[in-house]
Amino acid sequence: MAVDMRLPTVIKAMSLSVSAADRKDMVVPGDVITSDTGFMRGHGTYVDEDKLTASVAGEVQRVDKLICVRPLKTRFNGEVGDVVVGRITEVQQKRWKVETNSRLDSVLLLSSVNLPGGELRRRSAEDELTMREYLQEGDLISAEVQSVFSDGALSLHTRSLKYGKLGQGVLVQLSPSLIKRQKTHFHNLPCGASIILGNNGFVWLYPTPGQQEEEAGGFYTSLEPVSLSDREVISRLRNCLLALAAHKVLLYDTSVLYCYESSLQHQVKDILKPEVMEEIVMLTQQKLLEQEG
Amino acid sequence: MATVQVSEAEKVYILHGIRDDLRVDGRGCEDYRHMEVETDVVSNTDGSAKVTLGHTAVLVGIKAEIGKPRPLIPNEGYLEFFVDCSANATPEFEGRGGEELGTELSNILYKVFNNEHSLDLRSLCISPGEHCWVLYVDVLLLQCDGNLYDAISIAIKAALFNTKIPRVHISSDDEGGKEIELSDDPYDCMRVDVENVPCIVTLCKIGHRHVVDATLQEKACSVASLIISVTHKGVITCTRKVGRGSLDPESICEMTEAGRRVGKALHSPLIKLLQQEESLGKKRQKVGFLG
Repeated sequence: MAVDMRLPTVIKAMSLSVSAADRKDMVVPGDVITSDTGFMRGHGTYVDEDKLTASVAGEVQRVDKLICVRPLKTRFNGEVGDVVVGRITEVQQKRWKVETNSRLDSVLLLSSVNLPGGELRRRSAEDELTMREYLQEGDLISAEVQSVFSDGALSLHTRSLKYGKLGQGVLVQLSPSLIKRQKTHFHNLPCGASIILGNNGFVWLYPTPGQQEEEAGGFYTSLEPVSLSDREVISRLRNCLLALAAHKVLLYDTSVLYCYESSLQHQVKDILKPEVMEEIVMLTQQKLLEQEG
Repeated sequence: MATVQVSEAEKVYILHGIRDDLRVDGRGCEDYRHMEVETDVVSNTDGSAKVTLGHTAVLVGIKAEIGKPRPLIPNEGYLEFFVDCSANATPEFEGRGGEELGTELSNILYKVFNNEHSLDLRSLCISPGEHCWVLYVDVLLLQCDGNLYDAISIAIKAALFNTKIPRVHISSDDEGGKEIELSDDPYDCMRVDVENVPCIVTLCKIGHRHVVDATLQEKACSVASLIISVTHKGVITCTRKVGRGSLDPESICEMTEAGRRVGKALHSPLIKLLQQEESLGKKRQKVGFLG
């Protein structure tokens, strides 16, 4: 039984050697970006007395004559093709409402899911009445963004065998801007667990399924107890993700793996202590720099 | 309390984990999350403390005012509790949403301190039957991530330790009435003895085992909890069962024993930390809310 009580300390900003050329242009709301009137203003900016000023805190991006500010902390703005992990909030007629950390709840239409049984058939009235047997309020799913409605809501689909209802595991909620866009967001990590890095900031950790026919899109979720060693790996990964997120490190399979390896010398529950977090993230960043250079 | 939704499969995962004494974040069933305590954060109070337990943040401010003692107990002062659930914590607390939780928390705090051993209320008396010190304890919930009772009780103990009550001199004036004079020296004050102030331990029953310091996800998997307030000697001052489920009498005994053990072990690190903070004096780097 352990109680870890201490006095608070100011968190120092940690940065490895960043050259002046690398330093990104960061602004806070109210900062003047430029006084030149020749630029067009994009998202996150406004004109105040002929000066282009930032309205959000983030990084300035310039594309030819367009200047916009990409905020660091924001709701998820989905694009077509993004992989998301979401939670069902409502069951409506012929559709489910899914919470994906965006401004509006996303929509999962009944015609966009693979029905159990796998056969391709027309959706009947009976399917509509038994929607709740497939996905209930509170269930987690992995899906892909099919399209964006005019009001900004996302339309999701799970029409591939790798998407669908998620079984036993751990969900970690982080900021969407920390997830790196990659070719694939489903990884089977060599340490013994699998991870789905949703573009919306929701990361799902689960034990690697035994045989390949038990994929995540299955209708049947196994409620068998997960082994203790798998559990330890998943808990360690969860704490590593939280440590990386606290220090604003971009998340992708390599950075998560390096962080896991750096954390092996500590106990799982110690990873969330501030000094241990700092140490682990420093090691991870060093390894990542070495790998790049 | 703020609630999160969990799917059936997640509940099963959490249940099996607790059965094997390995929670989702790697803790054992009786481990607390990382805790940070700081006192003297609000300058216009007589004593204040801020406690961060995981993502739960609680701020307590204590103001000492001179008032009339209770008619039945003329030679003691008393405490008044008020808990404010700020809308900053969760959107559920907006408007009057947090009132119910706030009154429930203050009622439990009244019960916990309603005995003659927790605080020496006689030291708060100025002149029996006429004047006494009333300590107004105001609790503000800044962030809600489970386990509010424990964080609030630790914050109250730290704030009471930090409270400095000015000394008063009673003199009789010309008409024979009593006049109260506060001493001019700002450092001439008396402190409250917090040795016997109890700490609250919340035990949530999940499956067949109980956990201490449950997160919101674990709370969603439990049907009943036991709240126990324990002093540093292991004396239990208040017990209450919350939740819509039922508890077996055997498990209540088990949980009470575990709560007593855990509660007893909370006090000495806290007092040591508070004494260490006080010994730093002016050199202490105040973090406050911008850390």
